Amino acid sequence: MSIALLIEQLLNGLQLGVMLFLMAAGLTLIFGVMGLINLAHGSLYMVGAFACATVAAATGSFWIGLVASLIAAAAAGAVMEIVVIRRLYERDHLDQVLATFALILIFSEGTRWLSGSFPLYLDIPPLLQGAVPLPGGGQYQLYRLAIIGVGIAVAVGLYLLISRTRLGMRIRAGESDREMIAALGVDIRTLYTVVFALGAALAGLAGALVGALQSVQVGMGEPALILAFVVIVIGGIGSIKGALFGAILVGLVDTMGRFLLPKALALMMPTAQAGLIGASLASMLIYIVMALILAFRPSGLFAAQS
Amino acid sequence: MSRETIINILLALLLLAIPFSASAMGEQFYVTLATRITILALAAVGLNIALGLGGLVSFGHAAFFGLGGYAAGILATHTFNAEPLLFGLQGTTSMPVIWSVAILVCGLVALPIGAISLRTTGVYFIMITLAFAQMIYYFAISWPAYGGEDGLSIYVRNGFPGMNTAQSLTYFLICYVVLMAALGLFWLLRGSRFGAALQAARQNATRLSAVGIAPFNIRLVAFAISAMVTGLAGALFADLNRFVSPSMLSWHMSGELIVLIILGGKGRLFGPVAGAMLYVLFEFALGGFTERWQFFLGLILLGVVLFARGGLLGLLAGEARHG
Repeated sequence: MSIALLIEQLLNGLQLGVMLFLMAAGLTLIFGVMGLINLAHGSLYMVGAFACATVAAATGSFWIGLVASLIAAAAAGAVMEIVVIRRLYERDHLDQVLATFALILIFSEGTRWLSGSFPLYLDIPPLLQGAVPLPGGGQYQLYRLAIIGVGIAVAVGLYLLISRTRLGMRIRAGESDREMIAALGVDIRTLYTVVFALGAALAGLAGALVGALQSVQVGMGEPALILAFVVIVIGGIGSIKGALFGAILVGLVDTMGRFLLPKALALMMPTAQAGLIGASLASMLIYIVMALILAFRPSGLFAAQS
Repeated sequence: MSRETIINILLALLLLAIPFSASAMGEQFYVTLATRITILALAAVGLNIALGLGGLVSFGHAAFFGLGGYAAGILATHTFNAEPLLFGLQGTTSMPVIWSVAILVCGLVALPIGAISLRTTGVYFIMITLAFAQMIYYFAISWPAYGGEDGLSIYVRNGFPGMNTAQSLTYFLICYVVLMAALGLFWLLRGSRFGAALQAARQNATRLSAVGIAPFNIRLVAFAISAMVTGLAGALFADLNRFVSPSMLSWHMSGELIVLIILGGKGRLFGPVAGAMLYVLFEFALGGFTERWQFFLGLILLGVVLFARGGLLGLLAGEARHG
């Protein structure tokens, strides 16, 4: 096992973590401010990827596609909030789960209707093609490094937005007492739509960025959604800091588990068997980590006061 | 007799009448459809114990549905290939044994999952049960011994002593009797001291502990019973299709089970039955009308959640007597 391979896997884990953070930040923000559990967040991720792939194919530019993904996901999120989600804030979680589950069916089937059953492909933009040499030999894809950079920029941007701007102040106020800020004359309905659209745009951005690494297809949002749930449960629902920490943790544990577990087990048993058991264990590893964390901290690592 | 009781009896008779009339007309397909309704209803009766009575929104009951299915598949495969299971035990094709194994396995798996998940409430509980189900789902996919992603075929439907289960009407009747037994269990539970405590835990856990009953234990037992009933349904479902695959464990399945309960009426005795009838009817009618039936199913479901709270039974029989 060379150092370069290890560094490469660490970077892959970081890249997965950063993507998960983009999904989880929106989910946790929406839960923190509106108290809503949104299963259809994965559909917004899918909308972003499809918008980027379609527009990039039509215009020939990934960058226009990326802007389109942000706009499309934010718009889809805003419409979703105004038409459906708004009616769910006062309902219990069961109704929220069901209504957003219904939205997934509508979005998935609707996308299949519009764009056909075949996956779309999105090329990495020429500017970011190529690789960067790693210390200790080996190379790393420039595009994945750029994704890590985008993730860090978004994390810093979100931090500044929430702690330094007027909108951020309102979001924080909405988290702690929604009646009070409504009484102070803040238009809470618009605030909720804005927060929802912001979360949607982040999910759409994640979808578009990942779309260039995988194929863009219906159903791509669901695995990402479930991983994002694990992330926010570990981090503490409602906490953006928790989402960041949880996302990096899940990304690293998942990637390093798949890489290291078969190797570690191979020291104890025949290689073929170790590969088999290692792969099975690795696919369960993040859930085991989540169970362990919850067994000791039932409301996550950075639980916001409820 | 209350209006709800009459409707319940009518639903039970209707479910019984479909396959008999279909069979008389030689339409075997509808017998299978009725069996599918029966088994999905049974799975949802299981979930209804946790969700309806206990207010525990488990978004991971597909785990138990799939485990029951795999219990049937694995036992039958070992018999078919004449390979012993662990510790020299033999496989079996006898339904009563398979059912006991499915129930036992689901109970044993539900206890640790419940013990960890029940430390949390609300959204956390929903997400954790989902995550545990995903864990089992990914395990089933990555473990190649029993088919992995491709699933496992059961070559001949497992047998029941004294019955010819290959006949679709006979198999329907077996499932129907099991469903009625499970409904009986639900009714007994709801009326028992245990059921009263469980419903009190849903309404106000603090007051329940103030009178000296620990909500955690009550909920854990309810969660395990609920998982066992759903697991039994999974074993029956595997035998109906003669096929088990990880899709039985997928989170779509968990969502469907919740949908069945909500369509029918949460916490109502016959809610799952009404819900399963309605769901399979939608699936069948919309599926015949358009390939995009899931789109319309989503719209209908959204309409039910937003505007028709209480489900079909709420519509037909009025509000449930207790909140």
